[in-house]
Amino acid sequence: MLGRLSFADIPVDVPILVGTFLGVAIIGITVLGLITYYGKWGYLWKEWFTSVDHKRLAIMYVVVGLLALARGFADAIMMRTQLALAYAGNPGYLPPHHYDQIFSAHGTIMIFFMAMVIMTALFNLIVPLQIGARDVAFPFLNNLSFWMTTVAFALINLSLFVGEFSQCGWLAYPPLSETQFSPGVGVDYYIWAVQLSGVGTLLTGVNFFVTIVKMRAPGMTWMKLPVFCWTALCACVLIMVAFPVLTVAVALLGLDRYFGMHFFTNDGGGNQMLYLDLIWAWGHPEVYILIIPAFGVFSEVVPTFSEKPLFGYATMVYATCAIMVLSFLVWVHHFFTMGAGADVNAFFGIMTMVISIPTGVKLFNWMFTMYKGRVEFHATMYWAIGFMITFSIGGMTGVMMAIPAADFVLHNSLFLIAHFHNVIIGGVYFGYVCGMNFWAPKALGFKFNEAWGKRAFWCWFVGFYVAFMPLYVLGFDGMTRRMNHYDNPAWYPWMLVAEVGAVLIFFGIACQLIQIYVSIRDRNLAENVDVTGDPWNARSLEWSTSSPPPPYNFAIIPHIHELDAFMHDKENGIDTRHAGGPYEPIHMPKNTAAGFFIGAFSFVLGFAAIWYIWWLAAIALVGVFATVIARSANHDVDYYIPAEEVARIENEHSRKLMAQAAE
Amino acid sequence: MAHDTTFADAHSEHEHHELPTVFGFWVYLMTDCIIFGSLFAVFAVLHNQFNGGPTGKELFELSGLAMETALLLISSITYGFGMIAAHKGEIKSVMMWLAVTFLLGLGFVFLELKEFAHMIAEGAGPDRSAFLSAFFTLVSTHGLHVSCGLIWIVTLIVQLAGTTAISERMMNKLTMLSLFWHFLDIVWICVFTYVYLASMI
Repeated sequence: MLGRLSFADIPVDVPILVGTFLGVAIIGITVLGLITYYGKWGYLWKEWFTSVDHKRLAIMYVVVGLLALARGFADAIMMRTQLALAYAGNPGYLPPHHYDQIFSAHGTIMIFFMAMVIMTALFNLIVPLQIGARDVAFPFLNNLSFWMTTVAFALINLSLFVGEFSQCGWLAYPPLSETQFSPGVGVDYYIWAVQLSGVGTLLTGVNFFVTIVKMRAPGMTWMKLPVFCWTALCACVLIMVAFPVLTVAVALLGLDRYFGMHFFTNDGGGNQMLYLDLIWAWGHPEVYILIIPAFGVFSEVVPTFSEKPLFGYATMVYATCAIMVLSFLVWVHHFFTMGAGADVNAFFGIMTMVISIPTGVKLFNWMFTMYKGRVEFHATMYWAIGFMITFSIGGMTGVMMAIPAADFVLHNSLFLIAHFHNVIIGGVYFGYVCGMNFWAPKALGFKFNEAWGKRAFWCWFVGFYVAFMPLYVLGFDGMTRRMNHYDNPAWYPWMLVAEVGAVLIFFGIACQLIQIYVSIRDRNLAENVDVTGDPWNARSLEWSTSSPPPPYNFAIIPHIHELDAFMHDKENGIDTRHAGGPYEPIHMPKNTAAGFFIGAFSFVLGFAAIWYIWWLAAIALVGVFATVIARSANHDVDYYIPAEEVARIENEHSRKLMAQAAE
Repeated sequence: MAHDTTFADAHSEHEHHELPTVFGFWVYLMTDCIIFGSLFAVFAVLHNQFNGGPTGKELFELSGLAMETALLLISSITYGFGMIAAHKGEIKSVMMWLAVTFLLGLGFVFLELKEFAHMIAEGAGPDRSAFLSAFFTLVSTHGLHVSCGLIWIVTLIVQLAGTTAISERMMNKLTMLSLFWHFLDIVWICVFTYVYLASMI
C-alpha cells in the first residue's frame, strides 16, 4: 500500500534532524497560524498563489530563493564545523552517511533552488518592464513554472524528514548513484527534485525567450535592447539548449534505477563517461546561465551609479553572445583527468581560456564606465565593486585549472571548491544581491535600508575571503573535496580559519535579513518611499512607470527611438508615460489555479514514485493530465481593465509626481 | 461565440499585443528536438554494447516496421487534410480528419507495443544490454510523444464538438498540434533510418 515507505524511514534517531524538524514545525505552525488568525488565506490565494502577474511571481520567487539560501547555508556551515572538529582521531559530529547527504544537498539546493530561483525572480521582475511589455508571453506558464520549482524545492526538503537524500554529490555520478551502490531513496529524491524543477526552468526559458523576441515595445530594435535583457535572452537560449540534455541524463539514470537498464552501470555494457559528458554538456552552460544575468545586473547598476551611459554597449552585447556560444565548447574541462586524451584535453583547455577574453572585455567595460563617472558609493554599488575584484580572482584561478597539466594536480581538490565558490559567490551571488538592492524599490515601492546593506556586504565580502582563500592553500596541500575527517596537522589551522569565514558569512546573511526587516518596518518614511518610480535617476524603461507598477505596467506602450530610452526622454523633457492619455481598455490575463494544481499533483507524483507507491503515482499523473486538459477547455482566461480605471490609476500617480516635484 | 470575436478583435487592434502562441510552441518543440538529439547520441554511443545478447540485426523485422512507418506518414497527410478543412472553417470535416489521424496514430502505437512485447518475450527487454536500453528508451520516448498526441487529438475533437465556428484560439491549438504531429514524423524518419535500417546493414 505504501510501497517501500515505513515508519523506520522517519529518522527519529538522528538528533540534528529531530531538532531541525521541531524548529521547522514551530516556525511553520506559527506562520500558518498567523495567516489564519489574520484571515489572509483568501488574499494569498487570490492575489498571490494564483497570480499570473510577473511582478508578484518575482516576489514569490525571491521568498523561495531566500528559503533555499537559508537551507543551503545551514548545510554549508555544518560542513565547515565538521571539518573544524574532525581532525586527528576526532570523528566530528556528522557521520559520513549524514555528511555526504549534506554536501550533496548543499550543491543541489544552492544551484537549482537558490541561484536559479533568484535569477528567475529578476527575469520576472525586470524583463517585461525593460522591454515595455505588459506581461510575459505566457502568463499562465509563468505561474506554472513557479509552482514546479517550488514543489521541487519542497520535495528536496521533505527528504530531511522522510527517508534520506542522495549521498552522491550534487551531480550524482554513476556508478555510485546506481541502485547497486545507492539502494535507498536518496538518489530518487535527487532525480525527481531535479526533473520537476527542470520543467519549471525550461518553461521559463521558453517564456522569456519568446517574450523578448516578440513583445518588445515598438521601435526597440535589437541594439536598443537594455543589456540586462540581452543577458536574459542569452541565458534563456542556454536554458533551452542545455536543460533538455540534463533532463535526458537524469532520466536515463532514473531508468537504470527503476527498470534495471544499463546506461551507466558497471555491467551490461553501460558507460559512465556518457553520463559525465551529458551532465556537463548541461553543467557548464548552466554556470553561464547563472553568471550572464549577473553580468546584466552590473551593466545596469554601474552606469546608473556612475551617472554615465554604459561604456561599450555593443561590445557588451557581442561579448555576452560570444560567452553564450563558447559555453558549449568547454565541458570536458570538468573531467580532464578521466582519460579523454591529450588532443581533446588541449582543445577544451584552449577553449576554456578563450572564454576569459569576452569576460575580460566586460570587466573593462564596467571599469571604463566608472572612469570619470560621478560614482556614488551606494550599498548597491558596493556589491558591484566587490564583484569586480572577487570575480577577477576567481576567473584567474579558473584559467589556471583550464591548463590540463595543472588540472591533474588540482582536480577534485579544495582548490576547485575555492575556485567555483569564488565565481559563484563573487559573481552570481553578489550580482543577484546587487540586483535585489537595485530593483527592490521597483518591486516593493520602497528602498532597502542602506546601512544594513553595507554591513551585509562587508560581512559577505570579508567572510568570503576568510572562508575560501584557505581552501586554495589546502588544495595545493593535497586536501581533496568531500572529505569527512582527516589526520594531516598542516590542514587543521586552515580549516579553522575557513570556519571563521563561514561564521562571518552567517553574519552577512543575518544582516541581509535584518535589512529586509528594517526596510519593511520603515517603508513609509519619506526618505524610503519611492514616489516617483525612479529613485536612482536610472536609464531604462522599468523606471518610467510607478513603483510598484500597476498590473498593466504601461498605460500607454512607449515608442522607443534611443538606447537608454527613459534617460533620453528625461534629458529632453519628453513624458515617457504620456500622462493624460488618451487611455484605452487594457487586455489582461486572468489569475488561474491550474498552475498550483499541476504543481501539487507533480509533487504527489514525485513523492509516490520515490517510494514506489504506484497507485498514488498513477492518480497524480492522471491529475496532471486532467488539469492541463481542463485548463485547455477554459475560455474564461482574460479580461479588460476599463479605460476609466486606467485613467484613475495613472492620474493618481501623476498627482503624486507633481506633489513630489512641488516639494 | 461573442467572446472569441472580441479576443480576435483585440489582437488586430493592438498589434504588439498579439499572443505569440504558435511561435512559442515551435521554440518549445526545438527543446524537445534536443531531447531526441541527446537520445540519438546516447544510442550512437551504446549501439554496439550487446553484452552478449541479441543484436539489432537479429531482432528487427522490417515488414512490421514498414507498416508502422506507413501508418505514421499517412497520418501526417490526413492531419494536413484536417488543417485544410480548418482553414475553410468546415468543422465536421476537421473532426473527421482528426479521427482518421487518431486511428492511424493508434495503429502505430499498437504495432510498436506489439513489437516491444515480442522482444521482451524473447528475453530482449531493456534490461538485457546497454544497446537494448538505448533502443527502448529512444523508440518509446517517440512512442510516448505519439500517445500524448493521441490524447491531444481526442481533446480537440471533444472541444470542437458542438461549436459552430473555429475560433482563433482553436486555430492556434490545431496549428500547434499540427507542428507537433509533423515533428514526430520527422523524428520517426530519423529513428527508422538510424536505429532500424542502420542496424540491418
